[in-house]
Amino acid sequence: MALADITTPSQETEQASVQGSGWRRSLLIAVPYIWLLVFFLAPFVIVLKISLSDVVLARPPYFPTFDISEGWQGFVAMFQAFDLENYVWLTEDTLYLKSYLSSLKIAFISTMIALVLGYPIAYALAKAPKEWRSTLLMLVILPFWTSFLIRVYAWIGILKKEGVLNYVLLWSGIIDEPLTILNTDAAIYIGIVYSYLPFMILPLYAVLEKLDYSLLEAATDLGCSPFKAFWVITLPLSVSGIWAGCFLVFIPAVGEFVIPDILGGSSTIMIGKTLWVEFFSNRDWPVASAVAILLLIMLIMPIILFQKQQEKQAEASQ
Amino acid sequence: MISSFKSKLTVTLVSAAMAALATSVAQADGTINVYNWSDYIDESVLKDFEAETGIKVNYDVFDSNEVLETKLLAGTTGYDIVVPTGSFLSRQIQAGVFQKLDKDALPNLKNMWSVVSQRTSIYDPGNAYSINYLWGTTGIGYNVEAAAKRLDGKPVDSWDIIFNPEILAKFQDCGIHMLDAPTELFPAALNHLGLDPDSHDKADLDKAAELLKTIRPYIQKFHSSEYINALANGDICLAIGWSGDVFQARDRAAEADNGVTINYIIPKEGALMWFDQMAIPTDAANTKGAHLFLDYVMRPDVIAKASNYVVYANGNKASQAYLDAEVLEDAAVYPDADTMENLYVTTPYPLKIQRVVTRAWTSVKSGQ
Repeated sequence: MALADITTPSQETEQASVQGSGWRRSLLIAVPYIWLLVFFLAPFVIVLKISLSDVVLARPPYFPTFDISEGWQGFVAMFQAFDLENYVWLTEDTLYLKSYLSSLKIAFISTMIALVLGYPIAYALAKAPKEWRSTLLMLVILPFWTSFLIRVYAWIGILKKEGVLNYVLLWSGIIDEPLTILNTDAAIYIGIVYSYLPFMILPLYAVLEKLDYSLLEAATDLGCSPFKAFWVITLPLSVSGIWAGCFLVFIPAVGEFVIPDILGGSSTIMIGKTLWVEFFSNRDWPVASAVAILLLIMLIMPIILFQKQQEKQAEASQ
Repeated sequence: MISSFKSKLTVTLVSAAMAALATSVAQADGTINVYNWSDYIDESVLKDFEAETGIKVNYDVFDSNEVLETKLLAGTTGYDIVVPTGSFLSRQIQAGVFQKLDKDALPNLKNMWSVVSQRTSIYDPGNAYSINYLWGTTGIGYNVEAAAKRLDGKPVDSWDIIFNPEILAKFQDCGIHMLDAPTELFPAALNHLGLDPDSHDKADLDKAAELLKTIRPYIQKFHSSEYINALANGDICLAIGWSGDVFQARDRAAEADNGVTINYIIPKEGALMWFDQMAIPTDAANTKGAHLFLDYVMRPDVIAKASNYVVYANGNKASQAYLDAEVLEDAAVYPDADTMENLYVTTPYPLKIQRVVTRAWTSVKSGQ
């Protein structure tokens, strides 16, 4: 008994160092949580609070506002003034539902186009001779060196009736009449796919580059055609890259405001634009906040799905 | 030698440090942040003001009242002077966004024009919070050749060109833009229907929305600043726009010598008259500098320079001696007494009606 209670000095230090590293470990874990708290949860709570408030003509234009000088009672009073009428409002007008659906549709189609375009590019990048890869990768990233806004504006010059694209098509005799692309949905798709294509290519490239190509050699040796080998080996092994790329394109595309505003026509409704109108034209911050909260919830669903999928992937690889 | 060099160096360093300190003090004391409409000033006005007073002007621009208002309502904009349009100003005064002007610091108020001050006092009683910067009308800008071809030489002089779908359809092939400003388009539609352009009645506004929907298929884009270049480049041939903006399109086309001739008219049925007012937010950091700037802008020769450059009328009677004849004598800029009769002003919509108007506008634009 007594012997067991005696701890040698070396054991003691070992224990202390384990305790120390535990303390350090929790600090390390705390950092990302603090990050989440400050940059995600706090803004979310603020927006949620505004979405439960009422609109008034004041600065800021909603009520109640939290007055810290009134202490606990002020806090309670604030809660009593909250209600869900802004969310009820969103169900009463089909505009909001239509905006959400239209945004989802545009984001989905853009993501699919980006995938179809991005996959071969990423594949070619991964298959390129090693000494070329960094240069080619640089070319994918290069557009980011110019402001996003300027690149979207540049598309006006390309797509407009007297623009570069129509000029080339007319000159080459492919069309007789200039095409109207600017201010249509087609221009929105072009803008979104162009802007977010690198986000599709990069994760795909990361996966395809690590792919064990001896598997393909084995398949060929066993008489599998290259086409079939792609479908049964390359594609399934790059699924995680496909998911990552699709989410990186889909999520920003749903809330996109700048591209439809600059390139799209007035008849396209998207949730980003509807939110802008609530916020700026109606000065109705509470309803705008309610729109934003619903959008967030809609986007969190696919993110959770993605997370689940990633976890499964990790388990499978173990 | 060495010691004298050392002392020289010390002196230089100390004086350099003091100079740096002095400029940093002057900067803190002498910077004003001005937030004005895009394409709305002769830049030399700002340079001259900086040279004369030593106050540095940070000049920033917007193209919609909504954007300005949202910034103001959010608070701590950092701006010392902002330029909302009258109807928006009125609502913002109620929300407590602006501070009262110190009229003792504005001796040049004596130059202002009562014709304009009377109208602006609808929005700002006694003009206690604001001075008029420039004012204009919302009318029709068009490509002269394109219109002549489509109207068989008949003059462009009526809102019929916009609100009669049969006539408007003739312009569809060459491009039509409309301001993305429901608070200006609804009054125009109401006026065309023979209703009160300032009506806040839902039934009236619904009728106006119906009218706007009938012409919607012919409109290529709703935007409040793109039409200047689009008209000038010949990309579009017809626009509902702001007077001075269309004149700028006219001047740009003339400069480019691209065979495009642009003109602006106030239709004979009348048009909206609006006033852009300079005001100082309550949380402005440099109130003194802001007053100096306002007083500077009210100098007759200074505001005349701005008017001559952007071709908008101003609310400064004394400045008319300094205006170019082509600006002062153009009835589309300084309307004559008959035209003035037909011009109307509007008051801000209450919140509920604003929502009706915005919603109707969305459904006009998107068909949803």
